[in-house]
Amino acid sequence: MNLTIVIQIYVFVLAGVVGYQVISRVPPLLHTPLMSAANAITGISLVGSLVAAGSDHGSLSNLLGFIAVICATVNVVGGFLITDRMLKMFRRDTRPRQ
Amino acid sequence: MNPDLPARELVIQAIYLVSSVCFILGLRGLSGPEKARGGMALAAVGMLLAVVGTLLHADIVRYDWILAGLLIGSFIGVVIGRPLFISVPMTAMPQWVALSHAAGAVAATLVGMNEYLHLGTAASPGTMASLGFEVLLGTLTVTGSVMAFGKLQEILPGRPVTWPLQNILNLLLAAVALVLLVMAAVNPSLSWAFWTMAILGGALGILMVLPIGGADMPVVISLLNAYAGLSASAMGFALDNNLLIIVGALDGTSGLLLSILMCKAMNRSFANVLFGAFGAVGGGKSAAIASGVEMKEISPEDAAVRLAYAGLVVVVPGYGLAVAQAQHALRELTEGLEKRGVEVKYAIHPVAGRMPGHMNVLLAEANVPYDRLFDMEEVNGDFERADVALVIGANDVVNPAARKDPASPIYGMPILDVDKARMVIVMKRGRGAGFAGIENELFVDPRTAMLFGDAKASLSRLVTELKTV
Repeated sequence: MNLTIVIQIYVFVLAGVVGYQVISRVPPLLHTPLMSAANAITGISLVGSLVAAGSDHGSLSNLLGFIAVICATVNVVGGFLITDRMLKMFRRDTRPRQ
Repeated sequence: MNPDLPARELVIQAIYLVSSVCFILGLRGLSGPEKARGGMALAAVGMLLAVVGTLLHADIVRYDWILAGLLIGSFIGVVIGRPLFISVPMTAMPQWVALSHAAGAVAATLVGMNEYLHLGTAASPGTMASLGFEVLLGTLTVTGSVMAFGKLQEILPGRPVTWPLQNILNLLLAAVALVLLVMAAVNPSLSWAFWTMAILGGALGILMVLPIGGADMPVVISLLNAYAGLSASAMGFALDNNLLIIVGALDGTSGLLLSILMCKAMNRSFANVLFGAFGAVGGGKSAAIASGVEMKEISPEDAAVRLAYAGLVVVVPGYGLAVAQAQHALRELTEGLEKRGVEVKYAIHPVAGRMPGHMNVLLAEANVPYDRLFDMEEVNGDFERADVALVIGANDVVNPAARKDPASPIYGMPILDVDKARMVIVMKRGRGAGFAGIENELFVDPRTAMLFGDAKASLSRLVTELKTV
């Protein structure tokens, strides 16, 4: 096992801990938008897709990357749009309380 | 670390670091509805930075495929998807989220497969293990999400599909897939092992979701979310990319945490949800109902009077309310009550709906202000001072058998304490048992009055009656 893998495991575990701390503070009220947001950012696989689509490892590689870029972009764009649509609906009461 | 890191790489890493911080702070914004939209905007900035940083990558030599992919993807997402996202009712949200999971997982899977094709036998065991996990979790998420979409959209039967030795078969399949993964990692030239593993992952996704019933979908969708995240993390390990590892880990924890919360809210273990095929259980009859006690009916006129002269009304909406599309009628009713000075609270059970927190979104869509929505823990103490608890289209989440009857399949599940209210009005379509087929003794309680009929029609009737009180 080399140092890079050790550092990667550090990063993974620490990100998991930060994720736990952040996400356990999300109230049940917003659990559906949270899930939708998490879905949107799963589109981070776009990063790997871009490299595959733009590399010079042959046209099969480009083609697979191209399809991956399309799918990941749909995931990102769709995910953020759905999340924003949901969050827009959450309103505080504006009418005066009796 | 290599001290001679090229300047270009340094810039990329700096951009990735800022991007990671944007994602974390963006999710942090979701801790309250006021900051949530800003938080998501920040996360979107993070995504943009991730793309910009990646485009600087030294391996990228041509931009034609990338540009075409981004344009087509955005076109599908915005032009074709946008009307869909705007008009699709919130009840249908779970299946669209599932489909979106599938799209992201296809990307992760293809990148992993491509990387394997490119590296071939040159891959180190560590990289091969990461690629294996990426592709296995990827194919599993793709087929599992498509199955979940099919079930929720009612293209496939929503009821659990079961057959003998199902669980043993699934576990065996998972074990074989893992063995193949190890084989491919130890010896990367065993390409058949790698591809068979990918196919088994896809088969597992299908077989895992088939036996799961509609009420358990929240757990499955959360779990698929976690798998998609872990697949992205595995991609990060394989491609040596910390941003992927971080964001994948954030997703993974989010999905796992939500599925654990859902399981807790149903008092069931992970294993029980995944292997239990809950919806297929017949359900035992409780003693009170077997002895033939009758349900007491109430007319809409009387119900309107009871509601109008109450001090506090706690509304318990169940998924039946959403199925009847009666959220708007309910909001009209509660607004009418508030105008008369009645205090109204909505009590939301964590598993009301088809994904975590689903009922909150459904009510928000109907313009119910979010400061009227209360979690189970927040509101359970209020039932004692409630004059009327109005239960609409909910059954299991208010069934006292969960507290008292160890023989009940839902025994131990945390419930809303509606039976502590001075009076309970239950709106129900007919006299039959609930979704899980379990009888409910709340319905024959002396303090309970039943208002039979379609929820939407009954609520509209109550609104009209309320005006004449």
